[in-house]
Amino acid sequence: MTTLFTNARLIDPEGGTDAPGQLLVRNGRIAAVDAASDPAALLAAQGLRAEDVTVQDCGGKCLAPGIVDIGVKVCEPGERHKESYKTAGLAAAAGGVTTIVTRPDTAPAIDSPETLEFVTRRAQADTPVNVLPMAALTKGREGREMTEIGFLMDAGAVAFSDCDHVVTDTKVFQRALAYARSCGALVIAHPQEPVLSRGAAATSGKFAALYGLPAVSPMAERMGLDRDIALLEMTGAKYHADQITTARALPALERAKANGLDITAGTSIHHLTLNELDVAGYRSFFKVKPPLRAEDDRLAVVEAVRTGLIDIISSMHTPQDEESKRLPFEEAAAGAVALETLLPAALRLYHAELVDLPTLFRAMALNPARRLGLDSGRLAVDAPADLVLFDADVPFVLDRFKLRSKSQNTPYDGQRMQGRVEATFVAGEAVYRRD
Amino acid sequence: MSFEHRHLLGIEPLKPHEITAILDLADEYVALNRRPEKHSDVLAGLTQINMFFENSTRTQASFELAGKRLGADVMNMAMQASSIKKGETLIDTAMTLNAMHPDLLVVRHPHSGAVDLLAQKVNCAVLNAGDGKHEHPTQALLDALTIRRSKGRLHRLNIAICGDIAHSRVARSNLILLGKMENRIRLIGPPTLVPGQFAEFGAEIYDDMREGLKDVDVVMMLRLQKERMDGGFIPSEREYYHRYGLDAEKLALAKPDAIVMHPGPMNRGVEIDGTLADDINRSVIQEQVEMGVAVRMAAMDLLARNLRAERQEKAG
Repeated sequence: MTTLFTNARLIDPEGGTDAPGQLLVRNGRIAAVDAASDPAALLAAQGLRAEDVTVQDCGGKCLAPGIVDIGVKVCEPGERHKESYKTAGLAAAAGGVTTIVTRPDTAPAIDSPETLEFVTRRAQADTPVNVLPMAALTKGREGREMTEIGFLMDAGAVAFSDCDHVVTDTKVFQRALAYARSCGALVIAHPQEPVLSRGAAATSGKFAALYGLPAVSPMAERMGLDRDIALLEMTGAKYHADQITTARALPALERAKANGLDITAGTSIHHLTLNELDVAGYRSFFKVKPPLRAEDDRLAVVEAVRTGLIDIISSMHTPQDEESKRLPFEEAAAGAVALETLLPAALRLYHAELVDLPTLFRAMALNPARRLGLDSGRLAVDAPADLVLFDADVPFVLDRFKLRSKSQNTPYDGQRMQGRVEATFVAGEAVYRRD
Repeated sequence: MSFEHRHLLGIEPLKPHEITAILDLADEYVALNRRPEKHSDVLAGLTQINMFFENSTRTQASFELAGKRLGADVMNMAMQASSIKKGETLIDTAMTLNAMHPDLLVVRHPHSGAVDLLAQKVNCAVLNAGDGKHEHPTQALLDALTIRRSKGRLHRLNIAICGDIAHSRVARSNLILLGKMENRIRLIGPPTLVPGQFAEFGAEIYDDMREGLKDVDVVMMLRLQKERMDGGFIPSEREYYHRYGLDAEKLALAKPDAIVMHPGPMNRGVEIDGTLADDINRSVIQEQVEMGVAVRMAAMDLLARNLRAERQEKAG
């Protein structure tokens, strides 16, 4: 199967380019990337006949590497009514996400090879996009005993994380990091001082004070990161901070990178595009973890994405049913669905002229793929043909009831967005086309 | 009368002239309440339900009396004792009550924002009787009425709010109301109980009580809410009393005619000296209780007028 994407605006995060061109896909991989616009010449150079090639006219729209999303929660096992592999897969495909890296914070947690195998089977049966599972770092995500990191890697775990549970016992975390290093495993942690942030529903500041919400200082994130960095110096482990959301944590991250530690950092699309004031009248769809920050923090984090200090943007897709959100703000569950809104929301940063498209796809495709040792996330010959075709400019109003996720807890409901996915391809095959 | 709200959820949405409208009407109800025959039937035929998800004696009694004096059918529901224990959610409880066609719903809840949430789900007027650490609007209104009657005005006063600001919805509502009416507000207490962010609302923050009380017209004391403490906010009650308890010596730094207020119930010997609290020349604590009934009558009267107008419009 050979497909030629013509008349495209190619977004190449590796080269940092955003330019017209065409792209040839053969046998699920990228066979040629060409800045010229003459299909016949390209086919001739590749020794192909026109009748053997399917042509996809991109109509000048953007063609970029498919998004690699680290930290997607699919609620299997345990809460399939919130999100299944099937619905998550449909949502991902519709959102231009070609690889989802799933979180182990299910009920029960994915902390044994047996559970991981179950999840992998479910994913293969039902999901049109690539699914790579993460496993818990400690059993039951309880922070007491490490999981079978070696066996779990053999079963396909690509990273180890207790998700939003901080491993409070520093000795346990140190040992887990040291052991993970010996296996070559990537550990993903949630940098947060756990005692300071206990019970918090908002970031401390004018807003939380006025609304009388239990709040955590943004400093708790830096304190958590500082501890983790010290442990990396001790253990030399391979580490990724799931969400850096505050300005004060950035200098510590920069120093750790300069000192040569094996550290990367992510942030969530919500912290890049929303701030604490969006919660307004206790709107629980805006309750995420860590809580939304002040506008100064948001801008600092956007800038860190632009410079590359923050490596990765994730959806932090967290489905919650209506019942767990229709509660007083303090009691409501945290999290938001975001697989389908990740790209349009990220394009807000592009339209605000804060970040260009190659930089966005560096953070959403190239860097996460590299961090996981995948060869996707690039528009390069021999890379997997995981691609997203999107119109960066078309405006629309988001209607949450049209989302494909089983849960529709998005903070962007009713908001104006700009940019929409036209089609998504995994290994050269279309897994989504807009009707 | 210009008061255009369906609910009374907080002071924050109110405009200064609306606050004045409530207080003016409350003044009339103070007069009514002092007559031997203290009855009106402006709420006749209406049903008022008091839902308290948190213990309350004074506020609940005040709302109940206010409703009865205006002729409403009043029902009290102690919510800890009932459905909450059976696992019913707040929304379910609200929907159940809504089906009984109440006209006025008075709600207290331990979580900030819970009363707003409930108000979105019912067809009647909702009065916030205190939600978590957020607002307690009728308390701020009764405090404002007490100040206005005692000082003859409700603007350009120096007002000190002292004590556990962090855990206090009374402090938040008062800060907003008194700020809207253009007063200078000082917040006094240890830094563990006075969040610095309140400075951004224009309040001045003092951790030295003596300094903070200098030349103030009004001293509002707050209850040290022991039940709200995670523990460790103050070293001990006696040290707290020494540094932040109001006694005659500290009060001497305020203006000679400064009044002393307290929302009750008081911890005598913790935040306020017992003799001072009973001093009828300085303390207006009993007046506050009296104003409470009048202000609640005024608020329910105004909301009921809007409710009737809305229903008439729908019917007509």
